[in-house]
Amino acid sequence: MNVVIRNIIRIAFVLFFQVFIVTKIPPLHQFIVPYFYFILILWLPFRITRINLLFLGFTIGMVVDWFFKTPGLHAAASLLIAYFRPYVVNLLLPKEATEWGNEEPNSKTMGSVPYVIYIIILTLLHHFYLIFLEWLQFGSFLFFIGKLLATGMVSLLLIMIADLFFNKKSRSR
Amino acid sequence: MRNVFLFIRRYAVFILFLILQGISLSMLFSSNRFHNTFFGMVSGEVSGDINRRVNNIEEYFTLSVENKRLREQNAFLLSRIPSGVMSPDSLTEMVTDTAYIDSVKQYLQFQYLSAKIISNSVFLQQNYLTLHRGSKQGVESNMAVVGTDGIIGTVVGVSDNMSLVMSLLHKQSKVIALLKKGSGLGEITWDGKNPQYLLLKKIPKTVVVKKGDEVVTSPYSDKFPPGSRIGWIEEVKQDQETNTYILKVKTAVDFSNVQHAFIVKNQLGEEMEAIQSKQIKE
Repeated sequence: MNVVIRNIIRIAFVLFFQVFIVTKIPPLHQFIVPYFYFILILWLPFRITRINLLFLGFTIGMVVDWFFKTPGLHAAASLLIAYFRPYVVNLLLPKEATEWGNEEPNSKTMGSVPYVIYIIILTLLHHFYLIFLEWLQFGSFLFFIGKLLATGMVSLLLIMIADLFFNKKSRSR
Repeated sequence: MRNVFLFIRRYAVFILFLILQGISLSMLFSSNRFHNTFFGMVSGEVSGDINRRVNNIEEYFTLSVENKRLREQNAFLLSRIPSGVMSPDSLTEMVTDTAYIDSVKQYLQFQYLSAKIISNSVFLQQNYLTLHRGSKQGVESNMAVVGTDGIIGTVVGVSDNMSLVMSLLHKQSKVIALLKKGSGLGEITWDGKNPQYLLLKKIPKTVVVKKGDEVVTSPYSDKFPPGSRIGWIEEVKQDQETNTYILKVKTAVDFSNVQHAFIVKNQLGEEMEAIQSKQIKE
């Protein structure tokens, strides 16, 4: 399938799940917010230019904001990981961006350990910034740390499930 | 000049990052003023439309709960119709929802408008609901929203067919509340932690408060009908610094599972506001 079409379908699908299904589940605990929409930014092809990456990150964040009615909150966080993604990729893989074809980050192209590290670093970065922004407006430090850890755990779990779902083909091969 | 362009080219990504980050942060920190415009634009109608379609499906999952709620409310309303009430003296009969012009003629103070809740959140620090009723149906900013179980919030933004409601589960939401058994005027806020509990502050320690006491809206509110249920006291804590309690209140409304609401229009609201602002000016 064409890379562009595949990404568009994936973006629509994941955003739908994030907005209408996952966050409609009654919260298990006050600390847990099931976020996983930012996986979209992590899954964009390696070859994408940094400018486009920033714009896409900002747009995806804005769409989420639009539905959650938090103007700017998720946009700021997803923009941050869109900015830092190339650095993390360079750190983990000694390969120039132009050398890649249309491959996307997954456990096959990156190797499973670098892939897991890549996901964990950017997930924590996203949550840290998002919850930090919430904390600036109100809240206590304990709340901040607790929410960061609990939400991070749940996000990683959700990303694992999403990964099994979307990257199934590359695994079974 | 050449150096400037070189600089911009070299750091284009970083500059773009800063600009976009600036846009999102300024939106975030000015969201109070921003909300009405953010929502009032076409975006409110578009996301509202998508929300409505999804909600049509979602509604089936809560039909039985909603049914039970309606039956209970029906039973409550049936027990209040005049044929079931005997008043010992026609002169002392009181109907709480009505304001008197003179002793004979009366008119409705609070007008209820039924609305469907099409989107809702409880997990954020600032939670909003979207209702499928807007300015075309007569909704205005600053109207109260109540559910069948208790109060839900206040309208903060209106577009043609949708309206945005600041839920009680919002850091900036403030409602004046009263203990149902009498004295004790306080303020309901939310600490952003658990969507099942609200905080009731500013009640002086001279008032006797017990676990299980019902908290209702006060008659001094300019939008909520007096005596609407807010919740029940769950935990009584003494504030060390002031002479007041910090009370934890269990919400009457299950915010994660509300489907229908009533928008309340106070017919005397404008008049009350006018006279209050006049006094402040003087």
